[in-house]
Amino acid sequence: MGPLVPYIISNEFNLIIALLIGIGFGFILEQAGFSSTKKLVGLFYGYDFTVLRVFFTAGVTAMVGVILFQHYGLIDLNLIYINPTFLRSAIVGGLVMGAGFIIGGFCPGTSVCAASIGKMDAMLFVLGSIIGVFIFAETYPLISDFYIADNLGAPTMYEMLGISMPLFAFLLTAVAISAFVATWLIEKKVRKVNEKISKQWISRYAFASIVPFVIIAVVSFFPSKQDIIQNRISEAKRQGKCVFHEIGPDKLADEIVHHYYQLNVIDVRTPEEFEAFHLPMAINIPLTEITDRKWEDLFKQQVKTNVFYADGDTIVRMACLKANFVGDSKNKILNVSALEFKKMFFDITPPDFELASKKEINEYNFRNEAAINMIQLTEALKNIGKPVTKTIVPATGGCS
Amino acid sequence: MKPKPYMNPYLAGVLLGLLLLATIYITGRGLGASGAFKSLIVAITNMIAPNHASEAMFFKEYNASNPQGPMINWLVFEVIGVVIGAFFSGVLANRVGLKFEKGPRATNTARIITAIIGGLLFGYGSQLGRGCTSGSALSGMAVMSFGGIITMFAIFGSGYALAYFFRKLWLK
Repeated sequence: MGPLVPYIISNEFNLIIALLIGIGFGFILEQAGFSSTKKLVGLFYGYDFTVLRVFFTAGVTAMVGVILFQHYGLIDLNLIYINPTFLRSAIVGGLVMGAGFIIGGFCPGTSVCAASIGKMDAMLFVLGSIIGVFIFAETYPLISDFYIADNLGAPTMYEMLGISMPLFAFLLTAVAISAFVATWLIEKKVRKVNEKISKQWISRYAFASIVPFVIIAVVSFFPSKQDIIQNRISEAKRQGKCVFHEIGPDKLADEIVHHYYQLNVIDVRTPEEFEAFHLPMAINIPLTEITDRKWEDLFKQQVKTNVFYADGDTIVRMACLKANFVGDSKNKILNVSALEFKKMFFDITPPDFELASKKEINEYNFRNEAAINMIQLTEALKNIGKPVTKTIVPATGGCS
Repeated sequence: MKPKPYMNPYLAGVLLGLLLLATIYITGRGLGASGAFKSLIVAITNMIAPNHASEAMFFKEYNASNPQGPMINWLVFEVIGVVIGAFFSGVLANRVGLKFEKGPRATNTARIITAIIGGLLFGYGSQLGRGCTSGSALSGMAVMSFGGIITMFAIFGSGYALAYFFRKLWLK
């Protein structure tokens, strides 16, 4: 599940990836004609809309890809960098950039690209940009209040408009395609030539413009990965097909005492309940968080057995089912509740030794000893028994 | 040799979009450019005026958040890549060579001055707007960021609004 940095790809290797991505970026920009200032400003005078075409096509392609990946759980939208919105500086900064664009004839990316193939005006633009950043740095104390004004966090466009993600994607794609048609007509008028697009190309363009709409429809009408998991679970439940491997409290206590290293004891109750009492060596993964990316490793490994417990039978079964859909680890459920376990081991009352059967006395002795052992074990392994928890780091990005 | 024609803009757009999608999938962030300029100017300031860099707020904040130094930065590596990629493409298409491009009516002096001033404004604006056309507008659009899309409209809106006043720079 994306993003792959920093857990699948390290931060150091990420720099190499940056270089490779940059090579692709520079290559495409140059191939598209962004290394020529005349082509770039053509957008503003109506004689060449290449910039708009490349820009909007790229934006729509990436956006549609992002929502498709998100729908099938390939990427976590909460972890990728969404540009923060500081309304005033976003607008004023944009206006200043627009002025720079029409006066200088480039933007930073395209100026680097043009300078690379020997355009001297672009080199001057790069020089100017660096000076511009320097001036910003020097005036930063004066404008820092303005710079951080109207902080809206990192909202998305569809949240601000109050519509669903696929609907917004649909609207943006429709706007982009209408803009392609409109600018084609404008360009024809301004250039005063009657360029005809062949029938073959018209059908190609038509086909290409259907693709994003098909993907958006898939995202809107087909169940997402989360839905699929939920459906499979309820389907399996309805048909009574679920097989749960249960483990009894005595067996679990024995396993903890002797083979704690082969177990992950997982408490699926809320953190508050976990704080109040939890089984020795247990870790807390509330039911709602089980499918989170940070626990994936736990449910994909084959070395340890996961033992789930909670206070209610339904919750623990749900947890176990969800874990089964994440990976193929060995999952078991404890067939008593946390509180029962506590009563059986830690709050155990000694039987009346004269009246009790031998079985009851043996049971008491076993449980009492197990409780003492478990407490000692917890003390001894305070720090090493815990699994390494991953902190999930949201990616940084933009031009900051 | 004559330069080869440019790529079909829609094809270039799809390729760029897929590259951006791959970037988001792999690294969780988008493309960018102006951030590399910032790294460069911080590195230069650190080198030639270390006292100033340790006192001025902007440099202090930047250096504090980049303990490995300003040049060990994703965007710096990406922009080095852009230079290589663009040069490679230019070689393939016979477009490499020292050239000074300007509008048909613009004088050389005017183009020199406007290129620098334009860059200056863009550089300043990119810092104020937290990203340029790549980092804020394009990457922002891909993740449907409100701020990114607002900045995009501001950039192109202001470009169109001012186009009339600078027509002598570009048109016949």
